[in-house]
Amino acid sequence: MANDPIHQFQISKLAPLGEVGGVEFALTNSAVFMIATVAAIAAFLMLGSSSRSLVPGRWQSMTEMSYEFVAKTLRDAAGSEGMRFFPLVFSLFVFVLFANLFGMFPYFFTVTSHIIVTFALAMLVILTVIGYGFMRHGFGFLKLFVPSGIPGILMPLVIAIEVISFLSRPISLSVRLFANMLAGHITLKVFAGFVTSLSAMGAVGIVGSILPLIMTVALTGLEFLVAFLQAYVFTVLTCMYLNDAVHPGH
Amino acid sequence: MATTTPENGAEAAGSFPPFDPSTFGSQLLWLAITFGVLYWLMSKVALPRLSDILEVRRDRIMSDLDEAQRLKDESEEAIASYEQALAEARKKAHDIALVARDKALAQVDAEQAKVDADLGVKMAEAEASIDETRKQAMAEVSSIATETTTELVTVLIGTKPTKAALEKAVSSAEKAA
Repeated sequence: MANDPIHQFQISKLAPLGEVGGVEFALTNSAVFMIATVAAIAAFLMLGSSSRSLVPGRWQSMTEMSYEFVAKTLRDAAGSEGMRFFPLVFSLFVFVLFANLFGMFPYFFTVTSHIIVTFALAMLVILTVIGYGFMRHGFGFLKLFVPSGIPGILMPLVIAIEVISFLSRPISLSVRLFANMLAGHITLKVFAGFVTSLSAMGAVGIVGSILPLIMTVALTGLEFLVAFLQAYVFTVLTCMYLNDAVHPGH
Repeated sequence: MATTTPENGAEAAGSFPPFDPSTFGSQLLWLAITFGVLYWLMSKVALPRLSDILEVRRDRIMSDLDEAQRLKDESEEAIASYEQALAEARKKAHDIALVARDKALAQVDAEQAKVDADLGVKMAEAEASIDETRKQAMAEVSSIATETTTELVTVLIGTKPTKAALEKAVSSAEKAA
């Protein structure tokens, strides 16, 4: 079982919390890593910025960089009016980033490799977009689905395409993150598994295991890139969707 | 690995863990709790603090730049006034030098004029005395000539010539000379 590449995604109960309406709740390894993720973020941001120096040290520089990076991304995509969503976008970015990076530790659980987690985050974004869009613009928010300058005869077709693309957003947003994490970790595990199983076959096997070992090292580097990139992609798309809520007219 | 938990049972049945609905409840619950806490921490504590830090720094930099600009303006003003004072002093020095030179020249001219005048007077006096002397000498010349002639004539002819004849002869000789 040790080489089963799927085993790392297994959720194990650490302490049952009871059952409500047929749904059982428990403290799981996933929950432990969610808590660890939030604790690490809090420690990074709180301790990093606690000295409030005019001339920042290393940690404070990093917290300021993350702040300005997300703020710039959001402002570029959704304008200054979109800055009201800054805490949400920043929380999403650091949560996904830290969860992804936590997954890079051997034997650690990757919170974002579960579709339910990424889907819940994507739905949070989409529901925020819909809720704020209707609150801010009323039915004018529906202009989002009616691009201007389209001939009347094509209108029903275009509206149908726009509605379908809007509805597919939470799915694409969540599946992109989930699938990237899942596939990356499986690939890593498979290649690392080759190393152990080949080297168990004697001298020829040890020589043959060099190639998958190199692959494992290279993939680890790639996975760090993917961990950051997917957090960034998730954030950028969130900003673009929020822009639709702020400025629904195309 | 225990096989009593439903999860492991499901795994044994070949189910893929991310698509196992029995874990969804727990994950959603914990995600809601942890993300809620994270959102609260970010929006109430971390982000306001970071934005404070950045704003204080921006203000500080702006005020420092303003101060630097003010000091620069001040120093430029000082340089301008210094240069003006220098130019004024230079002009004044030039004026003083001009006045002093003019004064000295005038003094030299005056002295020279005075000396010239003195010299003129002395020259005139000298000329007058030379004239006088010459006139005296000339006057004495005729009496000496008369006396000399008297003596010569006496020695030559043994008689004393008359005074009138002598004077006539001397004056005619003088005229010829």
